[in-house]
Amino acid sequence: MKFGILVNEGPYQHQASDTAYLFAKAAIAKGHEVFRVFFYHDGVNNATRLTVPPADDRNIVNRWSALALENNIDMVVCIAAAQRRGLMDENEAKRQGKDANNIAPGFRISGLGQLVEAGIQCDRLVTFGD
Amino acid sequence: MSDDMDMEEGGTIKKFMFVNRKAPYGTIYALESLEVVLISAAFEQDVSLAFMDDGVYQLMKGINTDGIEMKSFSKTYRALEGYDIEKLYVERESMELRGLTEDDLVVDVQVVGKSEMGDLMNEQDVVLSF
Repeated sequence: MKFGILVNEGPYQHQASDTAYLFAKAAIAKGHEVFRVFFYHDGVNNATRLTVPPADDRNIVNRWSALALENNIDMVVCIAAAQRRGLMDENEAKRQGKDANNIAPGFRISGLGQLVEAGIQCDRLVTFGD
Repeated sequence: MSDDMDMEEGGTIKKFMFVNRKAPYGTIYALESLEVVLISAAFEQDVSLAFMDDGVYQLMKGINTDGIEMKSFSKTYRALEGYDIEKLYVERESMELRGLTEDDLVVDVQVVGKSEMGDLMNEQDVVLSF
């Protein structure tokens, strides 16, 4: 089955991101396809490479990056939600005249159309959030 | 990949339901839900909106956001018709529990009972809940 995943909450504050990650991993292990993970609302905060969690805790951001790169999953961060919350890649930082960027490997910034497209393309779109 | 997708998308119309469960202000869910709804209109999908729990407050007349220094988006619900989004369902139990009637709402809606709402959700291809 082809899955789309929507993550609506940030890392650590809320379990949604953990559960979405574990779901994606389990789906892939069972031979399903994860077409896209879309990060929306505070979920965009899963894409910052600047988190430094305690060494004995899971690293949620790195875990997503590794999953995406190993399995060639398209991980999209909503641009409108990201702009509000200070998430940006190199291009966006240049465009907005900001002095830094913070997107972790495996994530890309794009529009909400990518979420709707995931809904159209996938057999199931599964939401993780409140 | 993109060529195949574009071809498929040309013919695929899915039933999307956006379920709004949260108060309009206090959290950003309602506003960001509206942003997806408006984007989905561009994809020419069969879109409907459901309002339940505190989400029914999103449609309430006479909201004044001056005191909280936030932009009011009440008008956007009235603009949905212009995007051909005309299926708005409000759950009767949620509305009555909050002392609201159809006359208190800024747009024309279809009021449906809990079980009918469940039936409507069952008919959908994609249910996004915010």
